Amino acid sequence: MIPEIGQFALVLALFVALVQAIVPLVGAARHDNGLMSVAVPAARVQLLLVGLAFACLAYSFATSDFSVENVAQHSNSRLPLHYRIAATWGSHEGSLLLWTLMLAGWGCAVTLFSRNLPLILRSRVLAVMGVVAVGFLLFLLLTSDPFTRVFPAAAEGADLNPLLQDPGMVIHPPMLYMGYVGFSVAFAFAIAALLGGRLDATWARWSRPWTTVAWCFLTLGIALGSVWAYYELGWGGWWFWDPVENASFMPWLTGTALIHSLAVTEKRGTFRSWTVLLAIVAFSLSLLGTFLVRSGVLVSVHAFATDPARGIFILVFLALVVGGSLALYAARAGAVGGGAGFAPVSRESLLLANNVLLGVAMATVLIGTLFPLVVSALDAGKLSVGPPYFNFLFPIFMAPLVYLMGIGPIAAWRNASLPDLWVRLRWALGVAIVVAALLPFMLGTWMPLTAVGLFLSVWVVGATVVAVRQRFSGMPQRGLIDRITANSPAWYGMLVAHLGIAVFIVGVTLVRGYEIERDVRLAPGESIDVGGYTFTFRGMASAAGPNYDALVGTFDVKRGERVLDQLHPEKRSYRASGQVMTEAAIEPGLLGDRYLSLGEPVTDAGPQGAWGVRIYVKPFVDWIWIGALIMALGGLLAVSDRRYRVAARQRAAVPAGAVAAD
Amino acid sequence: MKTLRWSIPLAVFAILVVFLAIGLTRDPREVPSPLIGKPAPAFRLAQLDQPDKLLGPADLRGQVWLLNVWASWCVSCRVEHPLLLDLAKAGIVPVVGLDYKDKPDDGRAWLAQHGDPYRVSVQDVDGRAGIDWGVYGVPETFVIDKNGTIRFKHIGPVTAEALQQTILPLVRELQRS
Repeated sequence: MIPEIGQFALVLALFVALVQAIVPLVGAARHDNGLMSVAVPAARVQLLLVGLAFACLAYSFATSDFSVENVAQHSNSRLPLHYRIAATWGSHEGSLLLWTLMLAGWGCAVTLFSRNLPLILRSRVLAVMGVVAVGFLLFLLLTSDPFTRVFPAAAEGADLNPLLQDPGMVIHPPMLYMGYVGFSVAFAFAIAALLGGRLDATWARWSRPWTTVAWCFLTLGIALGSVWAYYELGWGGWWFWDPVENASFMPWLTGTALIHSLAVTEKRGTFRSWTVLLAIVAFSLSLLGTFLVRSGVLVSVHAFATDPARGIFILVFLALVVGGSLALYAARAGAVGGGAGFAPVSRESLLLANNVLLGVAMATVLIGTLFPLVVSALDAGKLSVGPPYFNFLFPIFMAPLVYLMGIGPIAAWRNASLPDLWVRLRWALGVAIVVAALLPFMLGTWMPLTAVGLFLSVWVVGATVVAVRQRFSGMPQRGLIDRITANSPAWYGMLVAHLGIAVFIVGVTLVRGYEIERDVRLAPGESIDVGGYTFTFRGMASAAGPNYDALVGTFDVKRGERVLDQLHPEKRSYRASGQVMTEAAIEPGLLGDRYLSLGEPVTDAGPQGAWGVRIYVKPFVDWIWIGALIMALGGLLAVSDRRYRVAARQRAAVPAGAVAAD
Repeated sequence: MKTLRWSIPLAVFAILVVFLAIGLTRDPREVPSPLIGKPAPAFRLAQLDQPDKLLGPADLRGQVWLLNVWASWCVSCRVEHPLLLDLAKAGIVPVVGLDYKDKPDDGRAWLAQHGDPYRVSVQDVDGRAGIDWGVYGVPETFVIDKNGTIRFKHIGPVTAEALQQTILPLVRELQRS
């Protein structure tokens, strides 16, 4: 009964979405307030219905209702409850339902936090989100029904993929989807603005907090995915340039560009048509990511059960939504106009460089990801693009970007003076050069790439200190506390996010330069020294988990004579699927991780004899994710700025000088 | 002219859609290789564990064998690896590994870590042999018959289903002939 209620709720949601998509747009065209007002209740009912459907599916998983095909294929009665619930989004159907739920959630958030927007704009924004919802609900109902029953019911479920039975995987997809889908709000604002012909600083101000929140979620989602890959895939890497990783990284790069471009549009009124294009592209890439993952056109470790009908559906949907948006853009963007001019050296030009570099980086990832597809489609032979391509090209665009990031917050709008920037920043430059030249010697060996990475990190920190000093010294307030509180959270948010990049770069640079990796054969009782630590193999024991049997090793980690920790890497054999998983054991630390993962028994004595063991000492690796966390915190700080809410209220009271062109 | 400029994103997107549409018609896992039914392209490459010894398809004549293209940097290879280990244990058919575009040290370490299902692996450091074999993405698995002719190619990680329903029945049939 419960699954049928869920399915019925989805069908109802589809009709509500149709109403939400069509009626407000008609109302906006006719300036009919009654029709436009339908948008808000429709968006809220939409959340209610999709939420109900999701709850029904989660209930079916929680109660192990194996008469539902989806549950039978992705769960198991011996799976612990939290993984049974997480399995709700472990399948293709379930994760699409989660996508749709997020979309409805963002729509409802718009109705709550945009009360002060002009009715016509809010109605159009919600209608555009309604159009996207229609697409996804149709996709669910026509090709990926999560509630399909099997008769007779399966006696037992096939179990969730063991790779996904992990706390990281429980929260990674919802975070990532929050980010992906969150860009639909910026997208809807852009389309609404194009429809209304009204693209000004006010529009940028309204879009900014939504974009930033989505970006924060995406940042956290990607970071969580990376952490998961690090400890779960068992070979210590944190990023693999896998097509699905790239699919989440491209919207991130574009979203980052969008945040900066929106700042220019809000503050200076320039970059308008470019900003709109970025908003469209960011969401289009989220849709493209969904297409790549769900259609199976590219081979990836993530490739879920694929079905050509699904691929065709998403492609048609993608063509309609993105093609329609870009056609609208082609028709309207010319009328948007430029804005105030700026000098070659100015904050505008630096942000332009930011956008160009991020755009090129995004294109690099896009080309690398789709290259095998394009080459095969052209029958031009067979080629594959591996991590070397990305690892070579990507830093080439990122290094200048980070360098300019130090200058941007200090440069004046419109026209900045180079000599003046030099005077302000020279000591930051000097410190960065000295540290980059000397620190690698102290860490061991001097390598050019390590020096560049450390230079960039120190440079960003130094330039941030300069920015704060410059701001504080020019303030009328006396005491330090007064000066600190007089600045806007948005400004601090920017600085914090930039510092997050510096922390991230420290992690990437040091782990690349100084990680130590040893493959050894250890019998019980034997020890090995790796990177100043002594690892002693104590022995192997059997253990039983709720749905797997495991061999658990015990290793002592010592530095000198001091025992730091005991590591317990596992080999798990999952009972339902028979899959064997290696669970790495990690002793994390701010200055580096000790990482140990089991290979295979290497002697005839089997598990009680010697094992192949892979040991890593990874300096500063956690800084990669701490950096991402700091970036996201910076974003949240920026969103907390009262300015956005106050401003929205004021503008709404007096519909300021914007011209409606329709 | 002006509108043309604003249409560039639309044009780029249209081209992208065409490629995606073509991509959809070609399932990367099932597209038959043009090499099927052709003699296996020759190579003589250093063995991974004994770099002074060379190996090529000619050495394997007279038996049915699998060529599995793998690399230490390949994430998907991890997925199929347990199946290959089982296959090696069962001893039905010898599997030769082609360590594609990989550093030999990394390749050796990877096998030590995850277990070595291969009768022997050869080093294709610059990917030349891989190109001759039409390697599209790693992993890929080829079935080669007693006469040295490629009979089947599986793109992407080998699944239990593909192994039981396609690859092993084909291997048995070829072994009987």
